[in-house]
Amino acid sequence: MHGPVPAAQRIAEFLARHEDKELLRFITCGSVDDGKSTLIGRLLFDSQKILEDQLAAVRNDSARWGTTGDATDLALLVDGLQAEREQGITIDVAYRFFDTERRKFIIADTPGHEQYTRNMATGASTADLAIILVDAERGVQVQTRRHGHIVALMGIRHAIVAVNKMDLVGYDRARFDSIRATCEELLRALGVPDVRCVPVSALRGDNVVHRSATMAWYTGAALLEILDTIDVRPTHELEDLRLPVQYVNRPDASFRGYSGTIVAGRTRRGDAVMALPSRRTSRVRSIGTYDGELEEAQAGQAVTVTLEDEIDISRGDVLVHSDRSPSVGDRFDAHLIWMADAPLLPGKQYEFKLGPRYVNGTVELIHHRIDVNDRSEHAARELKLNEIALCRVVLNEQVAFDAYDTCRSTGGFVVVDRLQHGTVGAGMIRRAASHAMAERAGNLFWQPTRVSREQRANQKGQQPCILWLTGLSGAGKSTVANALEQMLHLRGQHSYLLDGDNVRHGLNKDLDFTDAGRVENIRRIGEVAKLFVDAGLIVVTAFISPFRSDRELVRKLVNEGEFVEIHVSTPIEVCEQRDPKGLYAKARTGSIKNFTGVSSPYEAPENPELNLDTSQLSVQESVARIISYLEATGRLKN
Amino acid sequence: MSPAAVATRSRLTQLDELEAESIYIMREVAAEFENPVMLYSIGKDSSVMLRLALKAFAPSKPPFPLLHVDTTWKFREMIEFRDRTAKELGLELRVHSNQDGLVQGVTPFTHGSSKYTDIMKTEALRQALSKYRFDAAFGGARRDEEKSRAKERVFSFRDAQHRWDPKNQRPELWRLYNSRIHRGESIRVFPLSNWTELDVWLYIHRERIPVVPLYFAKPRPVVERDGLLIMVDDERLPLKPGEKPRNETVRFRTLGCYPLTGAVQSTATTVPEIIEEMLACRTSERQGRAIDFDQAASMEKKKREGYF
Ligand SMILES: Nc1nc2c(ncn2[C@@H]2O[C@H](COP(=O)(O)OP(=O)(O)O)[C@@H](O)[C@H]2O)c(=O)[nH]1
Repeated sequence: MHGPVPAAQRIAEFLARHEDKELLRFITCGSVDDGKSTLIGRLLFDSQKILEDQLAAVRNDSARWGTTGDATDLALLVDGLQAEREQGITIDVAYRFFDTERRKFIIADTPGHEQYTRNMATGASTADLAIILVDAERGVQVQTRRHGHIVALMGIRHAIVAVNKMDLVGYDRARFDSIRATCEELLRALGVPDVRCVPVSALRGDNVVHRSATMAWYTGAALLEILDTIDVRPTHELEDLRLPVQYVNRPDASFRGYSGTIVAGRTRRGDAVMALPSRRTSRVRSIGTYDGELEEAQAGQAVTVTLEDEIDISRGDVLVHSDRSPSVGDRFDAHLIWMADAPLLPGKQYEFKLGPRYVNGTVELIHHRIDVNDRSEHAARELKLNEIALCRVVLNEQVAFDAYDTCRSTGGFVVVDRLQHGTVGAGMIRRAASHAMAERAGNLFWQPTRVSREQRANQKGQQPCILWLTGLSGAGKSTVANALEQMLHLRGQHSYLLDGDNVRHGLNKDLDFTDAGRVENIRRIGEVAKLFVDAGLIVVTAFISPFRSDRELVRKLVNEGEFVEIHVSTPIEVCEQRDPKGLYAKARTGSIKNFTGVSSPYEAPENPELNLDTSQLSVQESVARIISYLEATGRLKN
Repeated sequence: MSPAAVATRSRLTQLDELEAESIYIMREVAAEFENPVMLYSIGKDSSVMLRLALKAFAPSKPPFPLLHVDTTWKFREMIEFRDRTAKELGLELRVHSNQDGLVQGVTPFTHGSSKYTDIMKTEALRQALSKYRFDAAFGGARRDEEKSRAKERVFSFRDAQHRWDPKNQRPELWRLYNSRIHRGESIRVFPLSNWTELDVWLYIHRERIPVVPLYFAKPRPVVERDGLLIMVDDERLPLKPGEKPRNETVRFRTLGCYPLTGAVQSTATTVPEIIEEMLACRTSERQGRAIDFDQAASMEKKKREGYF
């Protein structure tokens, strides 16, 4: 027998759900009149109503609140900025809040088009996701491109394109499809991996909170449904500990705690840790909070750790696990956004704030300025308000840092004017730079290391080269490559096999299978192969590598004769019949997209060094052909 | 102690994230400034802020005093609560009132709510900050409170005259708060920027944080003034001829000077009931404050002059 649940209990359950919500921060980007305010008003208004409806369900008495007209309330929710606009008050980033059953949302709303870059970068810096508005009538504009570029630059990996004012184009599917295709291509090319498009009418509420019958052809989710369910956890989240020390807590001589928020990874009691930049090591004795000690703490938690040893650690140091540490150095290349009226002057001393640490330093040179509208690169001597450039930063002290794309908290910094104290710039670290690099843009030389590549090769008694196997999926590349490496090993050669497994799961796990992803995949493999050749190894690679231009690019990376292109030219009918992983079948039904040979082209080599058709040759025969080619051309001793 | 915090969780809830963010902000201030202070206004937001300060610096006490700007017209229960809290937690409490204003007899009745607020709150705060040379002051304001707050920074820069220049605020990216100031300048810090009224109550509920009993409904003597229910907290409230306070079951959504703070009719006597009532009610909490009706865009103006 079960009677009605008591009201107090229902409310308790309701509260428990609300306490356990997740937080999602997003930014809205749109040009004036795209309907951004209307859309935000719609989200705030309709979601508020949902909350109330839920609450009504747990209450008996629903007559307590009246209903007001939709239109008035929508206006009320957004009129703050309008009023400010009239008063001539600077509007940069306004933060707005709303809740659903599952999540709390913080919107960074950046209105206005002056100062756009600066404001949008500010709003985007804490956002996990961007909503980019496109007016269905006007279509994709230069501004859309600009928004996409800033979104990508600031490391936002999820974009929802809201194609607004669908009512004005008669809810036309073709119009939406064409805008969607353009936006998807544009954003992916800019480096935003997750792009979704929703046709909406902010004014009428179609597909904003609820799916709309006006666009039955649209089978995707409404905007709020996406916001509510999208998984924004980073796919390649940094798992290594980063705990920047903010504050040294010393109530008395017996306790010395290091307080900070873990920005990446996790730590357990007993962990061996190292403080950077000093490299002093110790073990975690305790992880304290006001609510008690923790056995383990993870990214996002604010803790106070104590260590086993009395080592000298101060504010700004970073605690890490010693085997997985970030870069430590005094120079790096970074994208810099300039935010002050007075231009950035290379050579001038500024303060740089990285995490809790302030360090003096300079921008030593500007590699190039980037036009946000089309991403073109330009030479520059200084950087003006709202301009973006790739710069070399040189600090007066060593600091610990990561690339921004690896970890925002240890890879982002602001620039502070030393006299006026204003925040004049913001930067995203792209890579560490070494002293040895030549200091002119586009003219970087490797420092001649003491041991030469010839010496390394001589020591191994071999001629390093890349044996590049290319061909369709199922052509037999991996099988041949494996057998080949075994043979090389038996013959006492020093080799390394690069194939999909050890590359796609590690080095390139952030890449997808779009054309852009494939190009970058091959470029990186080429660079790694080149380093291995430098190290004196015979490198065997087994990748489909469908594009001629990519293979040519790798060929150019190494010296003449060091790139051996081997076309595993098994006919597609045979490959498809073998279909060892069932991929062709899936590609034919369309469940795998961009599949080489089916829905994506394969450009066969024109003049490969070798041609192997595994429908005609056994594995051993293929290997024998390669070995005899290498012997004949003097690359291997027989 | 909330048991959930001790066990390791697989993901942080939004309240955990807000808590961690506020703690982070407080530690930044404690590390970067010579002489910070926490503005303690005794309300629910201050109560949450105080708890967060205890959390940020445990096992030490927060390394800054509390400052209460006392207009002398606060509810009596607020003052009792203030003194008890400071004593129980062993925190240093400084109370400042504008003595000139008191000598001149400035009250909400004689000078109007706007002038009164100017002198007894804004001016008094400026006096206190200058007197003690505080270079950073925590305030419990939230961005969701009021439209002009939506764009407020976490670190809000004030010049040597304690003025806020909306055109001259520093861009704030990631969690990199610029703490650099010249002597005499100061920063107002808002660690609850990203909290909503709902979050504040949910957190009070989750953490069992004590709040002033005025937030809970109880029969109280009130009179009606300009559409607001004003509680007759002491004999200083001038009654009109023939006016008699009537007992009504009311509570307060926000606390300030009693002659300027409107009560709402309510039966909510527990935190869950308050939350329930709040969600059902669309009117913004600041509508209980007379001062905001006085002047359009009043907040913007007050802030430029040095109000929180
Ligand atoms: N027909 C139509 N008009 C819209 C829609 N969304 C916004 N608008 C109108 O477009 C104009 C600009 O909207 P607003 O939200 O102020 O744009 P913002 O400048 O991007 O904030 C207003 O007149 C809106 O009523 C829509 O979905 N359909």
